Amino acid sequence: MSAFFSAGAYLLFGILSLFMIATATSAGFAIHGVIILIACILAVATTVGRLKPDPNGGWLLPDTNNGGYYDGVIKAGVIATVFWGIAGLLVGVVIAAQLAWPVLNLGLEWTSFGRLRPLHTSAVIFAFGGNALIATSFWVVQRTCRTQLFAPGLAWFVFWGYQLFIVLAATGYLLGITQSKEYAEPEWYVDLWLTIVWVAYFVVYVGTIVKRREPHIYVANWFYLAFIITIAMLHIVNNLAVPVGFGPKSYVVWSGVQDALTQWWYGHNAVGFFLTAGFLGMMYYFVPKQAGKPVYSYRLSIVHFWSLIFLYIWAGPHHLHFTALPDWAQTLGMVFSVMLWMPSWGGMINGLMTLDGAWDKIRTDPIIRMFVAALAFYGMATFEGPVMSIRAVNGLSHYTDWTIGHVHSGALGWNGMITFACVYFLTPRLFGASRMYSLRMINWHFWLAMGGIVLYASSMWVAGIMQGLMWREFNAEGYLVYAFAEVVAAMHPYYIIRWLGGVMYLAGALLMAWNVWMTAKGRLRDEAPLDAGLPYNPETDKPLAAPAFAKAAAHAQPAE
Amino acid sequence: MSVDPKHSEAGGPGTTGHEWDGIQELNNPLPRWWLWIFYATIAFALVWVVLYPAIPVPGGYTRGTLGYSTRGQGEQALADLQADRNVALKGIDTIPLNELKDHPQLMQAAIEGGRSAFKVYCIQCHGTGAAGAKGYPNLNDDDWLWGGSMEEIHATIVNGARQPDNDNTHVSAMPAFGRDGILTKGQIGDVVEHVLALSGQPHNAAMAVRGKDVFAAQCASCHGPNGEGMREFGAPNLKDGIWLYGGDRATITATVTNSRAGVMPAWKEKLPESTIRQLTAYVHSLGGGE
Repeated sequence: MSAFFSAGAYLLFGILSLFMIATATSAGFAIHGVIILIACILAVATTVGRLKPDPNGGWLLPDTNNGGYYDGVIKAGVIATVFWGIAGLLVGVVIAAQLAWPVLNLGLEWTSFGRLRPLHTSAVIFAFGGNALIATSFWVVQRTCRTQLFAPGLAWFVFWGYQLFIVLAATGYLLGITQSKEYAEPEWYVDLWLTIVWVAYFVVYVGTIVKRREPHIYVANWFYLAFIITIAMLHIVNNLAVPVGFGPKSYVVWSGVQDALTQWWYGHNAVGFFLTAGFLGMMYYFVPKQAGKPVYSYRLSIVHFWSLIFLYIWAGPHHLHFTALPDWAQTLGMVFSVMLWMPSWGGMINGLMTLDGAWDKIRTDPIIRMFVAALAFYGMATFEGPVMSIRAVNGLSHYTDWTIGHVHSGALGWNGMITFACVYFLTPRLFGASRMYSLRMINWHFWLAMGGIVLYASSMWVAGIMQGLMWREFNAEGYLVYAFAEVVAAMHPYYIIRWLGGVMYLAGALLMAWNVWMTAKGRLRDEAPLDAGLPYNPETDKPLAAPAFAKAAAHAQPAE
Repeated sequence: MSVDPKHSEAGGPGTTGHEWDGIQELNNPLPRWWLWIFYATIAFALVWVVLYPAIPVPGGYTRGTLGYSTRGQGEQALADLQADRNVALKGIDTIPLNELKDHPQLMQAAIEGGRSAFKVYCIQCHGTGAAGAKGYPNLNDDDWLWGGSMEEIHATIVNGARQPDNDNTHVSAMPAFGRDGILTKGQIGDVVEHVLALSGQPHNAAMAVRGKDVFAAQCASCHGPNGEGMREFGAPNLKDGIWLYGGDRATITATVTNSRAGVMPAWKEKLPESTIRQLTAYVHSLGGGE
């Protein structure tokens, strides 16, 4: 039944895409119509193709899962994470090179920095980070609830629907379809599609938690859930827009400073709930799993969770210091950012102190080393952020490459490193291998990434502070000293160092792609052994067959 | 980050008693340093909210006890800056330009102000170091098309060159000798060799000799009989090895064939007299001022 329903829905979208193609007045809109049409045809074909005749009459979708966890969609998610990671980092390296050598813009609108930059940010945040979040959340929610995914077919829809969103967003940027809101560039119809996908994600996730076989909801799930709910709210409010006819252009309903405030309420909380809360969800499961140690403090996890999500949502106005935004809103944005320091660090403490008694693993286990580095960068970035939110500091740092350095120490250090570690944790388990193809390669990946981050962040810190100081330097007679172009010229060597850092980081990720590929092929590299972490037993990694507890029994347990 | 042994070993906090997929949680209390810094940031926030504009209330917002506003801060900074500058500007604006050099402090202030304005308005054509580019004169040398005294530089900045709708702008119109059919291709070739000879470059001697006559008939009226240029026509000196568009054979041929007519804006339309005077002092100071 549900298969026919979804095939029908895909058909409907297919007809809609035909309408897009037929009425399109711009090539970009028509190309998007064609992409949606192809996706619909594939979706209908696979949905109907998997139907088998039911011996009792009618049709059914065979479940080949044998009662285990639904890991197929996670496997696809890990592959997509690696794929989009390489793509996003590659575009990052290209635009870093364009800043150092502008001739690489090639004089074509499709390859100009202005179009490639959102391609890079969306690819690394939403495609790489988003796939990592969705894949790990499906793994974590099943394991910590000891139950199968709710609506596994819908989970597949979430996966493929999300990939379609990425493709539409990315091609749109190159074709010049954008609503020019940072990190929210896709136009209205792509936003609507993401909303549908995101609601499906929410249903799968909450449905799985509801049917859990454990009495309590594990802390990782609080973070994932905060991420899913808040991103839905941010996405919908920030993207409220009125399309201009049936075409790719729309106007956002907010205007002037309200639009700016809404945009940065969205933008900063995309950092807060996508790149922080969601990834803390990863941390709370994979760090104790890889270390084989209990989480340091349950109480800290509660206090820092609630303080983090309560405070984060107010911090956005610090992106608008010294603008038309009223001073009172700037002050509030700043003080909430300062108060956010310790709630952010709560996650770092809980992660690092989980290694208490297992610190030696940093030397022996390259995956643990990645987790620790990720937490260290998380700590640095979440200290630097409150500092930069202080109005006087922001007066120097804003609009400079210091911001770029700050973002990348967080993105490359925290989000990148922890995602790599999770990929290395998941890949052998998903592909039935005893360990990754090569642990030594993980080690190489770690040091390449670390070197890349150091070059990237330090060059941008130096360049950004220099830039801010040059812009504001007055001579003794009270006149500005430097021309804007002189400041640009002074940045050149730092842009080259930053590009080199990006190249190193990308090289590490390519090693990971090779390592994952070989592991998937069932190969093990013959090499001097390293600590591979705790052994994995697929026999015990199963949902609890029958309800292991009665609701009454749960209530009888001591309250927390 | 060492941990008190009683919190991590036997006899420590123990776990909460739950287990998820093998993960347990210890019952450690909140780290004290963490808690106290958290309280401190909250206290900081409360103080800040009292001191600065912070809380929206009906009819406006709390202004804060310091009376601070970002706009006020900016306006105050600009006013202070202007007050500092005004001391010198008063003198720069009133003293005749060619007497400015007798007041070293004022001259210095004018040069610095001019340097700053130059980096906003002039570097797009003349370059950040005022070294110029093809078609845009280098202002560091002593080769002046329209004169290098304070008064002459000032006049050039005020009215520009070939600025439409400006009666006082510098105008000179070199004929397009080739395009308009004034000279034949052969004659142009000859005169180009002559110009190459004037500037001491390798040339075809026979052609240069023929070109000398062409030069005398067509070019000398503006560039002078010996090619040393004439400022009243803005006609460049052809002997000094300094070229506005280039001194190689192909470029000179293109110049003679099609002529050149660079444009500089009349800055009096856009800048106050005070700034133009400062720009004058700065350009004059670059090395070639007369």
